Amino acid sequence: MFSLLQQTAPAAVDQTIIVVPADPAAGVVVAETETVVAAGHAAADAAGSAVGMPQLDFSTFGNQIFWLVVALAAIYLILSRVALPRIGRILGDRQGLMTADLAAAEDFKRKAREAEAAYDRALAEARAEAGKIVAANKAEIDAELKVAIAKADAEIAARAAESERRIAEIRESAATDARNVAREVAAELVSTFGGRPDTAAVDAAVDSRIKGAVQ
Amino acid sequence: MATEDSTGLVFHPMDQFIVRPLFGDGPVHWYTPTNVTLWLALAVLAVWLLFVVGTSGRALIPSRIQSMAELTYGMVHKMIEDVSGKEGLRYFPYIFTLFCFILFANMLGLLPKSFTTTSHIAVTGVLALLVFLGVTILGFVRNGAHFLGLFWVHSAPLALRPVLAVIEVISYFVRPVSHSIRLAGNLLAGHAVIKVFAAFAAITVIAPVSILAIIGMFAFEIMVAVIQAYVFTILTCVYLKDALHPAH
Repeated sequence: MFSLLQQTAPAAVDQTIIVVPADPAAGVVVAETETVVAAGHAAADAAGSAVGMPQLDFSTFGNQIFWLVVALAAIYLILSRVALPRIGRILGDRQGLMTADLAAAEDFKRKAREAEAAYDRALAEARAEAGKIVAANKAEIDAELKVAIAKADAEIAARAAESERRIAEIRESAATDARNVAREVAAELVSTFGGRPDTAAVDAAVDSRIKGAVQ
Repeated sequence: MATEDSTGLVFHPMDQFIVRPLFGDGPVHWYTPTNVTLWLALAVLAVWLLFVVGTSGRALIPSRIQSMAELTYGMVHKMIEDVSGKEGLRYFPYIFTLFCFILFANMLGLLPKSFTTTSHIAVTGVLALLVFLGVTILGFVRNGAHFLGLFWVHSAPLALRPVLAVIEVISYFVRPVSHSIRLAGNLLAGHAVIKVFAAFAAITVIAPVSILAIIGMFAFEIMVAVIQAYVFTILTCVYLKDALHPAH
């Protein structure tokens, strides 16, 4: 395999023996002996098989190097003129857009925070206002209530006094009536028993008795 | 390279690497359109499809293919920035060209019956030499004689520095060799191994094992294709960093 460098000249005579096992009876041995004439084919024998390493067949180097340089130049032009600037721009645009979006998101976040603070402030103000209104209403209601209570108290007091007076009157009249009835009954009783009722004495007696009963 | 024995197994693992004229059977001149030409052209086409057609929508929310183009762009861009520094970004188109070419050449090479351009020393050698010459010239243009400070390790004891300088110079000139052979060797070996496994599939008993091995190897080769493109590119970035900031 490494009889490499001598391959150009001695490859002129090369033997390839192919054993065909499908036909063992005949035992055909095809021996091919051919002379490779073309210098460009030094790496391959007549059957097209490689002789040594094709990598070290210097006769093809010029060809490979020429086409490699052409291919590299083509790839370089494609990449440097079209592909790389385009991909660079795509990546740059994306980066820029992402930065802008992030900044916008930050901005929105700040705005949201501000709005929240404003809302909180408004809420606190409204709450304070409501408190004030509640307190004012309460004071007003209290005052009204006090007036109403006082008025009601006065009325009640007046009614109570009236009632007491009436009760006293009734009691007075009741006591007088009772005394009168008692005197009359007593005088009647005395006369019935045959006595002569002494008005003054009967009155005094009745009065003294009644005093204990009525009181 | 044709190896036959009495079992009927035919191994031609290297045939896939032969450079042949596309039309006819004549000699391969430097201008002859060959299978190399075809697969290089397909790599160019693939680059064009992904990075030009794929991004033609210029969508703010990318389609899948545009997203792939953008991710590739972003990955290489970040790699240069991380490894070579901000100044390295001036050479972004060149490095991106290298990465895309190697990636697509490697991937296209995995298609059945295809030709792997990056498995050839001639191709990877040119790539590595371009990087080597570009970086060396850039280093001298930007830093003048200071660029030689790359070989003078100031952090080492004075007595050791000449010895280290010799080693550094040798390793500097070995760079394009390892740079190119790493890429070509990886692809060559993987593809040849797949072909050898494929030849074993001719034996009925071994065929299932052989096919499983091919599947495993193919998956591995996909990984290798991407990793080698990545490695070639990141090494380019490292060399570029040396040219921009030669001091150790």
